[in-house]
Amino acid sequence: MSGYVEAQLIILCLSVIYAYAIFLPAASGQLNLGAAGFITLGAYASGWLNNADGLGLPMGVGMVLAMLFVGAIGFAISLPILRTRGVYMVLATFAFAEVVSGIAINMEFLGGAAGMPVDAHAPVEIVVAVAVAVVLFCFYFMSTRLGLALRSIHDDENVALLFGVDVRTARVVAFTVGGMLAGLGGAVYGHHYNYVEAQTFNVLLSIYILLYVLLGGTQTAWGPLVGAVFFTVIPEIFRHVAIEMGSDWLADSRFIFFGMFIVLMMVVRPEGVVTRTMQDRCAGFLSGRRGRARRAAE
Amino acid sequence: MLLLQQLINGLMLGGLYVMVAVAFTLIIGMLNFLNFTIPALFMFAAMMMWATMTGNLPFGNDFLLSAFGEHHIWIAGVVVSIVSICIVSLIIERFTYRYMKAKYGDATEHALPLVSSLGFLIIFEHLVISQWGSDPLQIESPFGDATFTIGSLIFSIPQIISLALSLGIVFLLSHIIRRTKLGRALRSIAERPDTATLMGVDVLRIVPVVYVITGLLCAISGILFTINYTSIDAYIGDTVATVAIAGMVLGGLGNVWGAVVGGLFVGILEVFSIYIVGADFVKVPIWGLLLLILVLKPTGLFGHSAIGKGKF
Repeated sequence: MSGYVEAQLIILCLSVIYAYAIFLPAASGQLNLGAAGFITLGAYASGWLNNADGLGLPMGVGMVLAMLFVGAIGFAISLPILRTRGVYMVLATFAFAEVVSGIAINMEFLGGAAGMPVDAHAPVEIVVAVAVAVVLFCFYFMSTRLGLALRSIHDDENVALLFGVDVRTARVVAFTVGGMLAGLGGAVYGHHYNYVEAQTFNVLLSIYILLYVLLGGTQTAWGPLVGAVFFTVIPEIFRHVAIEMGSDWLADSRFIFFGMFIVLMMVVRPEGVVTRTMQDRCAGFLSGRRGRARRAAE
Repeated sequence: MLLLQQLINGLMLGGLYVMVAVAFTLIIGMLNFLNFTIPALFMFAAMMMWATMTGNLPFGNDFLLSAFGEHHIWIAGVVVSIVSICIVSLIIERFTYRYMKAKYGDATEHALPLVSSLGFLIIFEHLVISQWGSDPLQIESPFGDATFTIGSLIFSIPQIISLALSLGIVFLLSHIIRRTKLGRALRSIAERPDTATLMGVDVLRIVPVVYVITGLLCAISGILFTINYTSIDAYIGDTVATVAIAGMVLGGLGNVWGAVVGGLFVGILEVFSIYIVGADFVKVPIWGLLLLILVLKPTGLFGHSAIGKGKF
C-alpha cells in the first residue's frame, strides 16, 4: 500500500468512527454538534494514560480506560444536556466542545497550546480493525430492542412514549455510547499520529462530522458509513480528476462544489442518501421473491 | 482607570457582536432555525470591503477607483459589500427556507435548513480561500488612528461611531418589528407560518425580507470590523459568530434587545478575560457561562419560552 493511499485510508477510518459516534444520538433525533469535545477528551486521556510521564499503561488498556472515561463524562453531561431540545441542544453540545477545548489548551501537564506527544504508535492495521469493529457494533446496536426504541423516538417521540418506550433512558444510552465511540476515535487518532493538539479538534470538525451523518441519513445504520466514505473519498477523487485535466484551480476549489452538492442534496434527498425505504428496496431486490411479497404486503 | 478603559474596549467590541447576535436571533425567532450562513455573510462582507479598498476585486477595480477616487474608495467598499450581501442573502433564502416548508413526515426534516446553511458556509469560505488565500489580510484604516481622550480614557472615533450605529440599527429594527405592517407580518410568521398564510400574509415574500435584513446586519458589522481592526482572514466569521451565538443565548433566543444586552456583555467578558487571565483562557468563561445558562435557564435572561421548541 502506498503512503498516500494509507494516509487516506486512516482519514477514512477515523471519519467513519466519528460519524458513528454522532449517528447514535442522531438516530434518536438529537443533533450533537459537540463531537470535537469528546474526541479531544479521548485523545488526551488515552495519550496521558499511555505516556511515560503520565501513567505509562499499555496502549490497549489506555484506550479502553480513555473510552470509559469519556463515556462517564458523556453520561454526566447527558443528564443536563438532554433536558434541552432542538436548537438549544445543538448549542449546548457546541458549548460543551468549546469548554473542553478551552480547558485542554490551558492544562500545563497536557502540554497546553503546544500540544502533547503520545508515546505508543497504533499502526494502520489497528486503526482499520477499530473502525470495522465500531461499524459492526453499531449495526448490531441498531438491530437490538434499544436500537428499535431509538428509531421510534426519532420518528415520533410522543407515540414512542405512549407505547411504553423509556425515552429518557434510551436517549441517555445513545448519547453516552456515542460519546464513548467519539472518545475511542480520538484515542486512535492520538496513537496513530503520536501527537494531540486541541486546536485540530475545532468547530469545523464537529460540523463536518454532523454533515457526514445527516447527509448519509439517520434512518439506517448504513447512513453514516455512506456519508463518511462519500465525504472523504469524493473530494480526493475530484482533486485527482482535476489535476489530470490540468486545472489547479478546480483542484483547489473542490470544496466549493462540495458545498453546492450539500445544498442540492438537501433539496433532492432531504433525509440523506440512505433511507429506510431504500434499504428495504435493496433488500427486496437482493432476495428476489420474498422482497416482492413484502412490498406487496405493504 | 485601567479597568474603566477595558470596559470601554469591551463595549466597543460588544457593539460588533450585537449586530451578529441580532442577526442570529432574528432568524431563530422568526423562522426557528440556527442559520450558519451568518458567519459566512459576515466574513464575505469583510472580504468584499477589503478587496474593494485594496483593488483586489475580480473585476471593476479601475472603474471604482476612478468613480470614487483614492480617498473615498471606502464608500465604494461599503456599497459593493452591501449590494453583494443582499444578492447572496436572496440566493441563500431560496435554498434554505423554501425547502424547509416541504413536509416529509420525519423528525429530522427541520435539520434541513441547518445542513443547507452549513453547506453555504463551506461554499463561501472556500470561495474566498480560492480567491484570496487563507492568510490574514491587512488594510489601512481610512480614518487613521482618530481618537479623543477624556481624562486618561482613550476613545477611538470609528469605534464610537460603530457602537452608535449598531445600537441605532437595532433600535430601528425593533421599531419595525413592533410598529409597522411588515413587523406585524413577521411576528405572525414567527407564531405559526401556516396560520399567517391563511390570514393573508404572503410568507414567501416576507421571508426574503428577513434574510436581507440579517444579511444587512452581518454586512454592516463585517464592514465595521474591517475598518476597526484592519486585519481579517477567511475564518473571521467563525470566530466572531461563535461569540455572538453565546451573546444571543445569554439574552434569550428570539429577543432582539436580549441579543443587544448579551452581545455587549460577551464583548466586555471577552476583554476582561483577556485582561485578567490571558487570551488562551478566554473560551472557558464564555462557553462555560453559555453551557450553564442553557442547562439552568434555557430561555436566557429575556427569552420567550415558546421559541426553539421544535426539534431543530
